[in-house]
Amino acid sequence: MRETKYWTWHMAAGVVILLLLGLHMLTMHVGGITHLFAPQGGEATSKANSLFRDSSLFFTVTYILLLAVALYHGLYGLRTILFELTLKPATEKALTFVLLIAGLGLFGLGAWAAVAVHAVAGAAAG
Amino acid sequence: MSDITRHDNRLGVWGWLGGGRWGVERYAYILHRLSGLGILSYFLMHIVVTSLRAWGIYLWVEGGFFHQPIFKFGEFLVYAAFAYHAFNGIRLVLVELGFAVGQPIEPIYPYKTSLNVQRPLLILMMVLAGILLVAGGYEFLGL
Repeated sequence: MRETKYWTWHMAAGVVILLLLGLHMLTMHVGGITHLFAPQGGEATSKANSLFRDSSLFFTVTYILLLAVALYHGLYGLRTILFELTLKPATEKALTFVLLIAGLGLFGLGAWAAVAVHAVAGAAAG
Repeated sequence: MSDITRHDNRLGVWGWLGGGRWGVERYAYILHRLSGLGILSYFLMHIVVTSLRAWGIYLWVEGGFFHQPIFKFGEFLVYAAFAYHAFNGIRLVLVELGFAVGQPIEPIYPYKTSLNVQRPLLILMMVLAGILLVAGGYEFLGL
């Protein structure tokens, strides 16, 4: 039952990623067509446009949410693939622990950076 | 983990990659895994690289280390993997929840497969992924 629950979360995370990463892709990589959230002109990935988005609470919150669900979806997917190799129970436990620590560490780094840049960009925007 | 029945995975990695006599959906599944692993590899590096902006380091802007054609091409591959993985993922969730596979029927010979019932969904999703890919290609080529 526990694995069924984790698998359901994996699918639900996929749906959230579809929305948030879809917006991210439309902003960053189809910006020449959509012109979304890049009011400073030039490339959507320019420093000025990045700072504009970082100053927005909406982007800071959605970046952190996307970070959390994408890490869960990706690392749980990797765990599922590796478990199909019929590992020993002790190896499975160790692998789960390593992926959990890696996920939490990367989430901490990314979330901290999003909040830190939001504070700086927000102050600069006045 | 005790509620999982363990079976020997005799085929190993070939079991992941070989579609055998299964239909095109089996190969879609293999590509889903490969694209997922590619996206994950990029994503883990992306977290670290974009977090550097907290120290004022923007490696992806014009003049930055990652603003080179080779990385642009790599970025397009990730974009292509996303387009495929996203639309195939929608199909997988729909099928997992029982949509687009038809009604259950009695197993009377000659047996019918649900694969043919769900095939239009696969085609629709691949067309949509293709449209997204073309839109992204237009952007990456700087047209």
